[in-house]
Amino acid sequence: MTEMKYQTKPLDIWNEGKALRQQYYENYAKAHERGGIRWAGGAWAYSAVPSGLGDDVWSLTGEPYGASVAFNKEFAARCQEAIEAKGFARDLCAYLRNYLGSVVLDEYVFGGEFPKPDFMWTTHICCSHAKWYQIASDLEGGVPFFCIDVSTGLTEDFNERRRGYVVNQLLDGIDWLEKTTGRDYDDEKLIQAVYNECEATSLWAEICVLNKTIPAPLDEKTMYSLYVFGTLMKHRPEVVAFYRKLRDEVQDRVDTKIAAVGNEQRRVITDTQPPWGFLEVFRYLEKHGVVSVGSLYTFSLIGAWEVKEDGTWGPRTTPQQQGIDIKTRKQALEILADWTHARPEWQHFYSAHEKSDLMLRIVREWKVDGVMLHYNRGCEGLTLNIAENRLAFKEAGIPVLPFEGNMGDEREFDLERTKKAVDSFLELLGVK
Amino acid sequence: MITAGIDFGAKNVKVVILNDDKIVARGSALTGFDLKIAAKAASEMALKAAELKIEDIVHITETGIGQGSVDFAADSVSEVGANAKAGVKLLATARTIIDVGAEEARAVKCDETGSMKDFVVNERCAAGAGAFVEAMSRALEVELGQMGPMSLKATEAVPMNAQCTVFAESEVVSLIHNQTPKANIARAIHDAIAERVVSMVRRLGITEDVLLIGGLAYDVGFVDSMKHGLGVEVHVPEFPEYVSAYGAALVAQERVKE
Ligand code: SF4
Repeated sequence: MTEMKYQTKPLDIWNEGKALRQQYYENYAKAHERGGIRWAGGAWAYSAVPSGLGDDVWSLTGEPYGASVAFNKEFAARCQEAIEAKGFARDLCAYLRNYLGSVVLDEYVFGGEFPKPDFMWTTHICCSHAKWYQIASDLEGGVPFFCIDVSTGLTEDFNERRRGYVVNQLLDGIDWLEKTTGRDYDDEKLIQAVYNECEATSLWAEICVLNKTIPAPLDEKTMYSLYVFGTLMKHRPEVVAFYRKLRDEVQDRVDTKIAAVGNEQRRVITDTQPPWGFLEVFRYLEKHGVVSVGSLYTFSLIGAWEVKEDGTWGPRTTPQQQGIDIKTRKQALEILADWTHARPEWQHFYSAHEKSDLMLRIVREWKVDGVMLHYNRGCEGLTLNIAENRLAFKEAGIPVLPFEGNMGDEREFDLERTKKAVDSFLELLGVK
Repeated sequence: MITAGIDFGAKNVKVVILNDDKIVARGSALTGFDLKIAAKAASEMALKAAELKIEDIVHITETGIGQGSVDFAADSVSEVGANAKAGVKLLATARTIIDVGAEEARAVKCDETGSMKDFVVNERCAAGAGAFVEAMSRALEVELGQMGPMSLKATEAVPMNAQCTVFAESEVVSLIHNQTPKANIARAIHDAIAERVVSMVRRLGITEDVLLIGGLAYDVGFVDSMKHGLGVEVHVPEFPEYVSAYGAALVAQERVKE
């Protein structure tokens, strides 16, 4: 362990976060007992939209669920075996396999039977998304399924026509939701959910900006447990409340120089989801004073960003901050589509260079010394073009360590070999 | 000052003892299942050759796969770090050092002081390393030591498409059944490995001079394929498989001086 330079302490809000996450999975599992309804879909789904069906509508987003399965290595292995036995290939999305395996086993990773959703509501940008829920729907006996195509290109190309394409699908989706659930749709609830989503995702970006500070108040390993609320229920008031409190606490850490890693000497960023069962790699880095301050993935999988007047990256100004009063269903959906389709983490689906530029911006603004790129065999979506990104770092003269693995399938991650590569990287960074 | 470097390779454990920066002895033993036993055997061999006792060694630095498995090593260095140090000692103009061992290939870019500037390692695949040649020599029923000289006698380039050792073996079997001369098959095998190693090194960028080390650098057929693949001269030092251990011993010298 290298010398401690800064004071450090755990987050005060940590247990509150844990309870919120637990509550989320319980709300979904017990929705029927409590007279509510539940839906399943991707973490990028337009989750604010089903809120118009009532306050008792609970969701289960597939990717964080797949990651939760990955943490439980024994259960993950059983899920993977179960779905592979059904003929699904090992090189498919690891979250998808963990999720579908859990459906096949009829076991919920948090205990009990797998809670079948009343409907499925998702978006499609990665080639796994729509297929995932189509298969889940079949496996669960034909659960009603609605998918919105969001493959509209780079943010800069998101014009009126493209927005109309998305909004029309959402309008159709609302009709479908009413028919499928037999409930009336409440536009006021939708409007409130849109405000919530904009505020929550902007707050997350604000929190990430605070990590530009040296020493970093947060390490990425901790951020994984915090950004997750944006992937679970970005539209819910409890997430807004949680992120407001978190923002205040992180600001306080910045003001009082409380570090995530007391011996911070070097700062790195990563890319894509980590191998969830092996977060000890981060602890290994920290032992040598290297802190991962985030990634494009952690910052912008859900974070809403904009370029500020001084040219730096900052939290996106929300409709409420702009004084916009949302009055109609269509207006709410248009604002939501504009908000969603500016997501930085979607740009690489269309341009490797766009992603490299975003990552290089993070390197500059977050004062980063090196980059670790997870060539993640478990996620074809986010790993797309990652080798191109590596070249961009190399050209910019930034030390970069690519390492192979899988976010959700431990059979494809070699801890010892990765640690050895990390050792070389630490020497390159001059800390070992 | 007497220091030593110990390199835990996938196939052999190697030890180099230095008196200041002069090599006084080398030792090696098969890695086997017990790294401690292998390390002890390799160390005893080197100590005997140097006529020294373990207590005479001021500092031992280890490198390779089994770091932390022996208590007589004071600290460790990565293989690429060790290779950079040793590479420029062996050839002052070396800037790219490529190490192809039994299970792994790696390359490091360094400056004139032996400081690492960038590195690359192959990932979980024996098809880019010495284990591949061993497997293929069995398939060809040719002694391992004969693969290199035989390869140099090739009359024709035969492409091999297989991406891994298992599939390559069946491809070699097909070539044998097609009556392809063994020399051409040996060449195809070396070219296939070299192609993988070269594409890995290209990710670093090739800066001359290039030094090739590791057990496979003994194989003249492979060296020739590397020269063709890289399109530059490839230098091979004496005792190429001891270079990482030598580098670790040099690091040990530096650490004592620190
Ligand atoms: S982006 Fe990755 S995690 Fe998401 S569905 Fe696609 S492959 Fe799976």
